[in-house]
Amino acid sequence: MRRLFGLAAIMLIAAAVAQPAAAIDVKVVKSPKGITAWLVVDRTAPVLHTAFAFRPGALRDPAGKEGLTNLMTTLLDEGAGDYDSLAFQRRMEELALTWSMNAGRDTIHGSVRTLTRYQGEVFKLVGLALTKPRFDAEPVERARAQLQAYLRREMTDPNTIAYRTWLKAMYPEHPYGRTVDGTPETIAKLTRDDLVALHRAAFGRDNLIVGVVGNISPEELAPLLDDAFGGLPEKSAPIEIGEVTPHATGEVSVRRMSIPQSVVMFGHGALKREDKDYYAAIVMNHILGGGTFSSRLYTEVREKRGLAYSVYSYLNPFEKGPLYMGQVSTENGRVKESIDIIRSEWKRMAAGEVTTEEVGSAKTYLTGSWALRFASSSDISRMLVNTQVDGNGPDYFTKRNDYISAVTLADVKRVAARLLHADKLTFFVVGNPMGL
Amino acid sequence: MSPLARLCARAGLALLAVAAIPVIAAWPRPAAAEAGKGVFQPETFTLANGLQVVVVTNRRAPVVLHMMWYKAGAADEPPGKSGIAHFLEHLMFKGTKALPSGMFSKIVANNGGQENALTSSDYTAYYQSVARDRLETVMKIEADRMVNLDLPEKEVESERKVILEERRMRTENSPRSILWEQANAALYLNHPYRIPTIGWEHEMKLLSKADAMAFYRTWYAPNNAVLVVAGDVTAADVRPLAEKYYGAIPRRAVPVRARPLEPPQRAVRRVTYRDARVDQPNWSRLFIAPSYHRGETQHAYALQVLAEILGGGATSRLYQEIVVKQKLAASAGAGYSGSAFDYSNFYVYASPRTGVELDRVEKAVEAAIAELLAKGVTAEELAHAKQVLIDRAAFSHDNLRTGAMSFGVALATGRTVADVEAWPDRIGKVTVEEVNAAARHVLKDTGSVTAILLGTEKKSTLRKAQLAPGSEPADVPAGPDGPGESPGANEPN
Repeated sequence: MRRLFGLAAIMLIAAAVAQPAAAIDVKVVKSPKGITAWLVVDRTAPVLHTAFAFRPGALRDPAGKEGLTNLMTTLLDEGAGDYDSLAFQRRMEELALTWSMNAGRDTIHGSVRTLTRYQGEVFKLVGLALTKPRFDAEPVERARAQLQAYLRREMTDPNTIAYRTWLKAMYPEHPYGRTVDGTPETIAKLTRDDLVALHRAAFGRDNLIVGVVGNISPEELAPLLDDAFGGLPEKSAPIEIGEVTPHATGEVSVRRMSIPQSVVMFGHGALKREDKDYYAAIVMNHILGGGTFSSRLYTEVREKRGLAYSVYSYLNPFEKGPLYMGQVSTENGRVKESIDIIRSEWKRMAAGEVTTEEVGSAKTYLTGSWALRFASSSDISRMLVNTQVDGNGPDYFTKRNDYISAVTLADVKRVAARLLHADKLTFFVVGNPMGL
Repeated sequence: MSPLARLCARAGLALLAVAAIPVIAAWPRPAAAEAGKGVFQPETFTLANGLQVVVVTNRRAPVVLHMMWYKAGAADEPPGKSGIAHFLEHLMFKGTKALPSGMFSKIVANNGGQENALTSSDYTAYYQSVARDRLETVMKIEADRMVNLDLPEKEVESERKVILEERRMRTENSPRSILWEQANAALYLNHPYRIPTIGWEHEMKLLSKADAMAFYRTWYAPNNAVLVVAGDVTAADVRPLAEKYYGAIPRRAVPVRARPLEPPQRAVRRVTYRDARVDQPNWSRLFIAPSYHRGETQHAYALQVLAEILGGGATSRLYQEIVVKQKLAASAGAGYSGSAFDYSNFYVYASPRTGVELDRVEKAVEAAIAELLAKGVTAEELAHAKQVLIDRAAFSHDNLRTGAMSFGVALATGRTVADVEAWPDRIGKVTVEEVNAAARHVLKDTGSVTAILLGTEKKSTLRKAQLAPGSEPADVPAGPDGPGESPGANEPN
């Protein structure tokens, strides 16, 4: 059995040796107007990636106007300053500029990609889009129609139905339970005045976070930051978002839909990003349902029983009410079996059934794969922003593996007992499940 | 872009990966992956046993992407065994004599690596991303499973259930995917590209260990494979390791890939799929087209420029005419990829705005095509489209995937390293006359398939009847995933 290379033994042991540190040298750049950005200088490719974020995101949408933040951010590259929609789009193409805006609940994320040779012009164009969007009638109506078409498609998708409905059940009263994209009805009612008011409220220099990766020095970047962000108002409009505990009841709810495979969302509350046990929770989740082909859920649900193509869990650290959640899809006749296994794996882990070897393997994977996250400028620029969103410093990139390495078996057991509650694990099933 | 755009490109939907792990599932669009500009400047060599090796040095991070490509895919399956190429891809994780089931993935994970695999009509590829000092480890185990696959019957049984769940997830649960599968089957009259990569369900249920092993023994050999290593390495690093692990595997006779070819296509076909789940109709038209490797291949570069001009983005003809000016559609576009061993397809699509009949959208797209065929493209459009395509190619150096995918796909579909390197030059040389000739060659009134997605008439009553007692109606949902809120996106872990 081991004649060939003795692979199994050798390679599993060999794994624990040193990882190359992710060589991320973050420079904190401050512009003349006081805009701060984290910069990673990269001379290997003639490209420039800028990621940015504003906080909060769609939580700002007034009740009944769900989808407003999403629509507003969608329209930023549809005309600004002297450029109408077509002129702006053409200018973007001339500058090899790829622009994307994504509204989440806690944050609005933006990213801008261009070639180094166009960077001066690109920052000016970004500044125009962020400070002087036109919200002309034609693009507003077009974007509205596009969103409605998108929603009509998405709202019949079992995955979307499962996610939306499950989240609404978790947060029946809190804005986290509302939709980011809106509904065809709320989208229909949004006006230009709504867009202008939200634009004024949502973007300020005080709630802005910026990360840049490219072939550019801090000295070159500083004035460009002002071109893009210096024209923003000093302050965004204040907004109070309350803390919330997810309403996890432990129930299994079903939305009947005639599809052959049931889509299942599950989860309950979790701990916050700044919790001292957060890294222990990352390690615990990796063992239970994290993103490799060796997790317990993957092994029990997929590998041993063929119950699903995909099953996973993850920490979703909403700032004011975090979640621990997951998803599985199983044919209607056997979906109950998947749910039973997931609940029993929850119990097993919560009871402290976890070994030193499992914790060691998880830590080896999590620390060893850290460097893989820095293999492209777009990845790095997003990491620069997310790290600031999480409240960590520029030294996080070198310290993060130490945080993971410091997690002990006792930590994992403690966080499992604290975090996992099989009786509160709440399932939402879309499909035609048998026996449920 | 519209999801249908991805669905229609065969290399898009037909890429089936072994597992749905969100973090590593996303590949760049094939069109973007083709960019080369001669700046990848790869090193390439061939081992004595015929294994071709391509090394794409990229020193952005101390990591490597190791990809093994086999020149065999769903179009190489025996009749009646649809899905076997993809089933084998899954079973390749189920063990060898040295490494029992699950060990391969454990070793990769315990070395901090990420892995997956993908299957298309023309190729099957296995890959791992690891720190550069772990390259030898993944080579060793990838070489092991090139020849030593040893499948326990029990694993085959449970994995067959997994691929059936995969089919339910990808196809049966999605009306768009069902339509795409039907339209694709109609597009090819004789060529096995008509068969879905994941397989037809009734045939998948009967796939056996013997079928998988037969496909494996027929096609998996060093002389029918391409190794691509991208990242913080050079050929000087890779060569001795490749010699040591892959070089020891003997060459074997492998069949010539000669699939049944298409007869002339003489009739237009319409494929209409109605489904109670559909609220948003869609219209698309597929034309059979040459690829880089089959048919009138001289059109392959001009067709990419044509797709950009006709429907590549927000300034394209279809978008400006049908979405912006006529306000008929919410989205509209066109697409083409030349990467196929045999035929490719050129497609146009439009998704109507609320209350707009599909007929009007169809007529508007047809009018835009007729106008293009009658008057041709302008020199300004040509210059702009070429600049956009070539600029986009410059981003291909930003990650390891794009280079590795470009060479893997090219070499598995009958092209060369030099072809990939010359891509920007060849795009740059395309003329107005060539674009117009390519348009006339492909956008014909004969031989297209029009694919129409519709809801059922009584849909709204049906949906209410489907609701469980006490559950909320489907049109009062609670909120989609914000992009910054999905796993891996918001938290740097």
